[in-house]
Amino acid sequence: MTDHYLISPILTHLFSVILLLFCWKKVRLQKVISISSNAVIMMIAVFLWMKVWNQGILSMQGGDWQAPYGITFVADTFSATMILLTAVAGFAVATFSAAGISKQRIQHGYFPIMHLLLMGLNGAFFAGDIFNLYVWFEVIIIASFVLMTLGGKKPQMEGAINYVTMNLLASVIFLTAIALLYGLTGTLNMADLSLKVALVQNRSMVNVTALLFFVGFGIKSAVFPLYFWLPSSYNTPPSAIAALFGGLLTKVGIYALIRMFTLIFPPDEFLHYLFLFVAIATLLTGAAGALIKRDFRKMLSYLIICHIGYMVAGLGLFTKSGMNGALFYLFQDIVVKTNLFLIAGVIFKMMGTMNMDRLGGLAKSHPRLSALMAIAFFTLIGIPPMSGFWPKISLIRESFTTDSYLLLAALIIASFLTMYVMMKMWTDIFWKAQTQEIPQGKNSFDELRPHHRQLLIIPIAFLCLLSLALAFGAEQVAQVSNRITTELMEPQGYIDAILKPNSKP
Amino acid sequence: MELLLVILIGVLYASGLYMMLRRSMVKLLIGLILIGNGANLLIFLLGDLSKGKPPVIDVALTAFQNAYADPVPQSLILTAIVISFGLQSFAVVLLKRVYMITDTDDLDQLNSDDQDI
Repeated sequence: MTDHYLISPILTHLFSVILLLFCWKKVRLQKVISISSNAVIMMIAVFLWMKVWNQGILSMQGGDWQAPYGITFVADTFSATMILLTAVAGFAVATFSAAGISKQRIQHGYFPIMHLLLMGLNGAFFAGDIFNLYVWFEVIIIASFVLMTLGGKKPQMEGAINYVTMNLLASVIFLTAIALLYGLTGTLNMADLSLKVALVQNRSMVNVTALLFFVGFGIKSAVFPLYFWLPSSYNTPPSAIAALFGGLLTKVGIYALIRMFTLIFPPDEFLHYLFLFVAIATLLTGAAGALIKRDFRKMLSYLIICHIGYMVAGLGLFTKSGMNGALFYLFQDIVVKTNLFLIAGVIFKMMGTMNMDRLGGLAKSHPRLSALMAIAFFTLIGIPPMSGFWPKISLIRESFTTDSYLLLAALIIASFLTMYVMMKMWTDIFWKAQTQEIPQGKNSFDELRPHHRQLLIIPIAFLCLLSLALAFGAEQVAQVSNRITTELMEPQGYIDAILKPNSKP
Repeated sequence: MELLLVILIGVLYASGLYMMLRRSMVKLLIGLILIGNGANLLIFLLGDLSKGKPPVIDVALTAFQNAYADPVPQSLILTAIVISFGLQSFAVVLLKRVYMITDTDDLDQLNSDDQDI
């Protein structure tokens, strides 16, 4: 179905950017505009999701040039769900930023850039044209570069170098892969590519192209041998920015991987084993990395890597329930990782440090807040009935039935290590008696004005509630991921929706 | 012509990667620029080189279907050049800022933030 409604999240973000640029120095106004526009976008996204759920795949052709010639925007259930989660995370981060980001950063354009980043994410989820996907990726990375370096403290700049270099390299590899794919098939439309790549005789060239895509997206989503930039850069910017990065940026890489390797390059034997190997290695190295770190946000960064492994594992298994688990995991991971980085920001405000050795005693000083944070911690571990548990069980069951015992072991070890790391965090931050006094003037949380404190707490509570909703509504979430899996595994519906938009499905 | 371009692209990719692996920040930047240009040339090459043919023909002229040049790669390159221009100019400014803050252009010195292991 052709429907122009679907680019409204992108346009609303663009409009907010323009509006925000006009109030460059008016900090308070910028906060109000950003929070309210994010709230509007969240409503648009809910409405769009309902529309896609009821009417099937929506598509839109840029300039009304019919596919495969024009630029296509598509919203299938996968895209719509990712848009919805992006909007939710964007709303939470915008609210948090209103109190968590310093005035200087806002005066240097924090909010417009944040909206540009979210716009790029929305665009990437909607892109139905591979070159358009590249362009949206560039929008994302240029916005993230600015957010990464905004403020310009020394560690931030050093982290930014790693981040910028690796992302530029990833885009070049992505571009190379697009060039090869265009040379092989002569088309850029993803639905059309899906049909034409299957017909290409030169299979070895197709495999090389697929691997280039894998490396390009793999760098962005931080899988096993390509993740080193992540832990050295995600801990440097302010927590609100890190939350946006940790929650969404690696996930857009995973989104692109899942999209490419279900629609255009259905994995053959070799890719299947490659994915499984990468998943196992990512799970183990990520968890092991988190074990030895003593900086709260560095541990979280390594846990991001570890949990990317679950999603790659689902893609590697390439069975219905495996994919199901990967998608469910992806959805709940966006919510919980965003939340944990926001929590890290609040803890930093309270104690003035991220070092586990110097943290402590929070359960005593802020009991209610600690109880709230416990929800996010338990969700990440995946203690039943929290939302991390359901996808894990389907991934573990699926690796058992397909006889991938190494993967099974890796999944269980990674879960166990995650639990150990989170337990260590919990005892160190909340239960351990505080070893040293907080230096005078470092505890800026209690000195904040009450409404600012609420601005920090509300997004965390909101995301915790959402995590709980995902946990107790697991049945419904499973239905959603089931439908997405069906759409992904049988791409004919997607192809028809784009190439024959006006015929009745 | 094709062979020449193939060799050129190979040299650009190889030298770009080599430069990126050096320790100096300026060489890193030069590497990024070289490898980006290599990718642009690759798109150009894979769109089939043809000389003196019009890029756009009338829909009715079916007899000329094999006689026109593909306009898509050039628009792709144009987009890619603009994007890489933006990114590279950002990288130049970033590297200058880093140099001013840290007083070194050696990438191995940039680890003041790793207090723990």
